[in-house]
Amino acid sequence: MAVEPLLLDDDFASLTGAGRTAPSLALLVRPRSAAEAAGALLGRGPRGAIARGRGLAGGDAGQNAGGTVLGLTALDRITGLDRAAGTVVCEAGTELGALARTLLPLGLWPCAGAGRWTAGGAVASGYGQGVEELELLGADGGSRRLRRGDPLFDATVGGLGLTGVVLSVALALRPVETAFLRERTARFPDADALLAHWTGGAPPEPYARARIELTGRGRAVLTTAAPVPYAGLPRGHRARRAPLALPALPGLPLLPRAGGLRPLPGLVRARVPAPFPAYGSGGFVRYRCAVPEGREEALRGLLALLAGRRSPGRAARHARVERVGAGGAGPLAFPVRGWCLGFDAPAGTPGLGRFLDVLDERVAAAGGRVCLAEDGRLRPALLPVMYPRLDAFRELRASVDPRSVFRSDLSRRLGL
Amino acid sequence: MKDALGAPQSLLLLGGTSAIGLATARRLIARRTRTVWLAGRPSPELAAAAGSLRGLGAEVRVVPFDALDTDAHPERLGRVFAEGEVDLVLLAFGVPGDQARDESDPPAAVRVAQTNYTGAVSAALVCAGALQAQGHGSLVVLSSVAGERGRRADFIYGSSKAGLDVFAQGLGDALHGTGVHVMVVRPGAVRPAGAAGRPEAPLTTTPEAVAGAIELGLRRRSETVWVPGPLRLVASALRHVPRPLHRRLPVPRP
Ligand SMILES: Cc1cc2nc3c(=O)[nH]c(=O)nc-3n(C[C@H](O)[C@H](O)[C@H](O)COP(=O)(O)OP(=O)(O)OC[C@H]3O[C@@H](n4cnc5c(N)ncnc54)[C@H](O)[C@@H]3O)c2cc1C
Ligand SMILES: NC(=O)c1ccc[n+]([C@@H]2O[C@H](COP(=O)([O-])OP(=O)(O)OC[C@H]3O[C@@H](n4cnc5c(N)ncnc54)[C@H](OP(=O)(O)O)[C@@H]3O)[C@@H](O)[C@H]2O)c1
Repeated sequence: MAVEPLLLDDDFASLTGAGRTAPSLALLVRPRSAAEAAGALLGRGPRGAIARGRGLAGGDAGQNAGGTVLGLTALDRITGLDRAAGTVVCEAGTELGALARTLLPLGLWPCAGAGRWTAGGAVASGYGQGVEELELLGADGGSRRLRRGDPLFDATVGGLGLTGVVLSVALALRPVETAFLRERTARFPDADALLAHWTGGAPPEPYARARIELTGRGRAVLTTAAPVPYAGLPRGHRARRAPLALPALPGLPLLPRAGGLRPLPGLVRARVPAPFPAYGSGGFVRYRCAVPEGREEALRGLLALLAGRRSPGRAARHARVERVGAGGAGPLAFPVRGWCLGFDAPAGTPGLGRFLDVLDERVAAAGGRVCLAEDGRLRPALLPVMYPRLDAFRELRASVDPRSVFRSDLSRRLGL
Repeated sequence: MKDALGAPQSLLLLGGTSAIGLATARRLIARRTRTVWLAGRPSPELAAAAGSLRGLGAEVRVVPFDALDTDAHPERLGRVFAEGEVDLVLLAFGVPGDQARDESDPPAAVRVAQTNYTGAVSAALVCAGALQAQGHGSLVVLSSVAGERGRRADFIYGSSKAGLDVFAQGLGDALHGTGVHVMVVRPGAVRPAGAAGRPEAPLTTTPEAVAGAIELGLRRRSETVWVPGPLRLVASALRHVPRPLHRRLPVPRP
């Protein structure tokens, strides 16, 4: 009956994603070893279990109302490094930024990039770049090693934790000579000018993202960056003596940005725990969508809708646009070769729900898709349109997890 | 599951023919609601209500439910939760009673109290327990401005709503932090919309307006909602009006 001692138990926690919308209660277990994770999985209740990293996904992907949530941040050990082969093995709860900071003095950098997110969360959210191998805890409590190319591996990348719990990952590393990127910014009067520049044969750079104002004059700023080799450091620069030193004070860049140098992303630990702007008590909705190459007119259309005079999208103030070089391999992989558009809007914005539904329709019509790891509100009927290989994912899931042990608020909401 | 904007996918309407309840159901079906359970006393009206919501594209199931038969609540309502997720429970049953007649017919007055208060307490507790086990969901309780302060014109109904209101506030606090959200809705007098789509008298409202306020309250996860909004100020002023004056104020029937 109601108001039962569920509450009295500290292990139950009300969880949300980074957007702080749609909270739900779950039994939060924090395993410290693979064996404890398997034990917690086998001890789950009737409402299943899901893995969770640091809860940075925008929507409800890392929640499981009334069920078990395996919080994996205590599984954060680096268990193997093969410098010759250029791979590192770390547990799934390892923060990729922390991993990068540890490896930097050795002149190595994870190809998966670095940030506040965990290795397991990044894999499950679809960032499979540089992931060579992973260890997956299955519904039966047994774990197995999967290599790239295995169908279960591909489905796990972007699989939102619904194929199992990633316990550890082997990540490819690349050499770096310095801890810096050289950054260039280019300013454009509007989004059209930006896209014209971008599609007009600008050479691709590893880090390129644009920020487009949705209010005011709609200006756009494009930031590109490339790693700086040792020889590229300005003469007399302090970093010449210790090119791989970590920034001295967390949160303060080692050097002023003069000369366009800035630390590699993820290297400088954010001083404020949450990099997200405060949206009051109502939280925010993160919208992230992919538009295929060649459908730039659809991208322009989306940006125009966002910046329209009475558009609820203006509440987001600016949008991010990135170029995406390659599509993902798995049936639920989000990346599509082409473009990625994202913005965060306060959840309290009047008319936001209907407006985002309109964007969904446009994205789907252009052959694009909404990023499920960030989603909190997609209309379920659009899912098969955006992810045409959804049935393959369902089939695979039915074969490895016939009783749907792995379940999340997102999988319930979208009927995954 | 409710989405990030508080729109539910499934609705359990207690009081399946309630004008406010059905207006809310229609509004929510236009957003994300696909499954509706209509709980109520079997009648042609209930069947017609189910048909009208089906016409809007929802999957509708009818559950026999009598507020006065509290012994049957755990089994009847429990079955709904056993069948699937319930994102929103809307407690919309209630009877206004006939104040003048009920004053001289105590058994009739007791029926008003039992329907609006004890029946609602029972149904709300059953649903709250199930929502809590589910780990998410909203329970929306329709109270009334009549429960704010005793009034000559409707104190039998008013007292039942006052009891329900306090009960629901406390239940909301008990469930705070459990992922379950309790919202108390206090409408003024509700009249069907007139020709212009607006109610005639000030501070009266329409079922559609109450439905809109409920949708907004779900998005904001509000704990208390007044409809129309300015009623909050009026009620707070009325709370301080001296009794002799309050006695003489005209009140619209609920
Ligand atoms: C603008 C922007 C850019 C970003 N760029 C990148 C980028 O370049 N590279 C990158 O890696 N990330 C990037 N992210 C972050 C990424 O989108 C996810 O938000 C992040 O990876 C999730 O973080 P988390 O580890 O806290 O996982 P959570 O938010 O806790 O979980 C996210 C999902 O992963 C699942 N999950 C978590 N851990 C496991 C596990 N061990 N096993 C199985 N499933 C698990 C959860 O069930 C959930 O479905 C970016 C985010 C934003 C907003
Ligand atoms: N209307 C107003 O002015 C007003 C103002 C403030 C608050 N409210 C409150 O808001 C709620 C909904 O109002 P409304 O105008 O939508 O009411 P309504 O249209 O009169 O509907 C009342 C509902 O309660 C049901 N009901 C009554 N007794 C029941 C019982 N014993 N068991 C099961 N169901 C029972 C009725 O079912 P049957 O079809 O079987 O009778 C009907 O579905 C009520 O709680 C009401 O008190 C109303």
